[in-house]
Formats: sequence, C-alpha cells, structure tokens
Amino acid sequence: MIVVVLICAVLLAAAATLAVVRAEKGPSMLDRTIALDVFTTTLVGTIALEAAWSRRTETIPILVVLSLVGFVGSVTIARFASVEPEGERRIKTREEIAAEEAERLAAEDDERDKAADPEHGAEHEPDDPAEADAAAAPEVDGTTGPEEARS
Amino acid sequence: MSWTVVADVVAAIFLLCGAFLAFAAGVGVVRFPDLLARMHAATKPQVLGLILVLIALALRLRSWSAVGMLVLVVIFQLMTSPVAAHMVGRAGYRTGKVRPDLLVLDDLTADQEAADREKDEADRDAARAASDPPAGGNAPRE
Repeated sequence: MIVVVLICAVLLAAAATLAVVRAEKGPSMLDRTIALDVFTTTLVGTIALEAAWSRRTETIPILVVLSLVGFVGSVTIARFASVEPEGERRIKTREEIAAEEAERLAAEDDERDKAADPEHGAEHEPDDPAEADAAAAPEVDGTTGPEEARS
Repeated sequence: MSWTVVADVVAAIFLLCGAFLAFAAGVGVVRFPDLLARMHAATKPQVLGLILVLIALALRLRSWSAVGMLVLVVIFQLMTSPVAAHMVGRAGYRTGKVRPDLLVLDDLTADQEAADREKDEADRDAARAASDPPAGGNAPRE
C-alpha cells in the first residue's frame, strides 16, 4: 500500500505543480481560474489519498467544503472579473509599481491642494464656483476610485 | 483471501488510476493551446480522477457514514464543475479568448450573428414605428 500511496502522491504533486505553472503563465484571468480549479480538485484528491492511507474519517468534511468553495471562486471570477484592463495580465515589476505609487501620491497631493484652495481660490475665481466644482469633481472621482478598489 | 484484501487491492488500483487522471489534467492544463481546450482538461479527466480516488477511499474506509459524505462530494463536483465550465466558456467567448481556427465546429457564432441580425431588424422596425405614428399604429394590428 505504501508504494501505491507514494506513487499517487507524486502524481498529485506533479498535477498541482503544473496547475500552479499555468496559473502563473495564464495569459488571461480565465486561464488562471481554470488552473486554480484544477489545483483545488487536486487538493481534494490529496486529502482523500491521505485519508485512504491512514483510514481516517475526520478529514472527509474538508472534502465537502473544498468541492463547494472552489466552484464559488471560479464562477465569481468568470462572472465579474473576466473583462480585464489591458496591461493587467501579468505581474508588474517593482519599477512599474513604484511609478504608479508615485503617480498616485502626486494625485493625492493635488487633491489635497485643491481641497485647501476654496479660501484662496475664492479671491481669484469668485465669479464661477460651478465651473470650479465641475473641474474638481472628475479629479476627485479619478483619485478615490482606484483607492477604494485597492482597499 | 478475504474480501477486505480484495477491497484494498481494488482501492489501490483506483487510487493509481485517479491520481494518473489528475496528473493528466495537470499536463493538459499546461500544454493545451487555448482556453476551451484547457477547460476540457480541467473538467472531464479531473472529475473522473477525483471520483476514482473517492471510490478508493470508500473501499478503504468501509463505513456507510463515510460513504454518504463521499457521495455528497461526488454529487457537488458533478453539479458544480459543469456550471463553472459553462461560466468560464461563456466569459471566454464574450471576451474573445476563443480561437476560431482551433474549433472543429462553431455553432455559437452563426447563431449569435442570426440573433444580432434579428435584433437589428426589430430595432429598425421599432424606430420606424416611433418616427411614423400612423404606420406604427397600423403595423401591430395587421
């Protein structure tokens, strides 16, 4: 029995590794979803293998939970995250993240300056507050939107 | 040779087959060229492999309560993996990740085009009816 279990463990470990490879390479979000699905099912198989080896029944509820949870994840991604913006298909490099972070901080500074402006801005732009609001509104949306999405 | 030994041997064979099918699914997910082919690898051999492993587990445990739970796992897997595959395939088709040159038969594109044409004609009729009230009033009655 031990030989059989070892062979099976090696096969399942290889399957899980290949699934992770696809999740890393996957050109699109959906490929990664499929890979994670395969990984979850392999995990179920591995836990079942362990239970078959040691003849224990306590781990079987884990199998039930895993077989349900993996499904929820893949359906959610397929439904809500299948359309992805260009350029987000790969993991960003450190420099790109630093550049984006600097851009975000600059935008936040701008916003803070604008929020502090009204007392000063009232002096040189007293005639048209509606236009100033309209100009400020998209700026506020543009900076708070990604912020919320990230947190 | 009692039946427990036979059950253990059968369980070992099923474990090997199931693990091999799971491995085949992993290889397919890495090596297949496009989304639908990968989805095929992820749903069909994977589920069969899982079912074989669970049958082996049931043969090893030989208790009815465990078998009930394992049947539950198999039922969930059989119910959920087609739904997940359908959702992934639908999303992949709509976002253009299906390679038409790899398809042997593509029914969906033709049907989709026919449906789009019908919808366009219906929209045009509705627009004509809205722009021309007397004709629009007569058309539904005929």
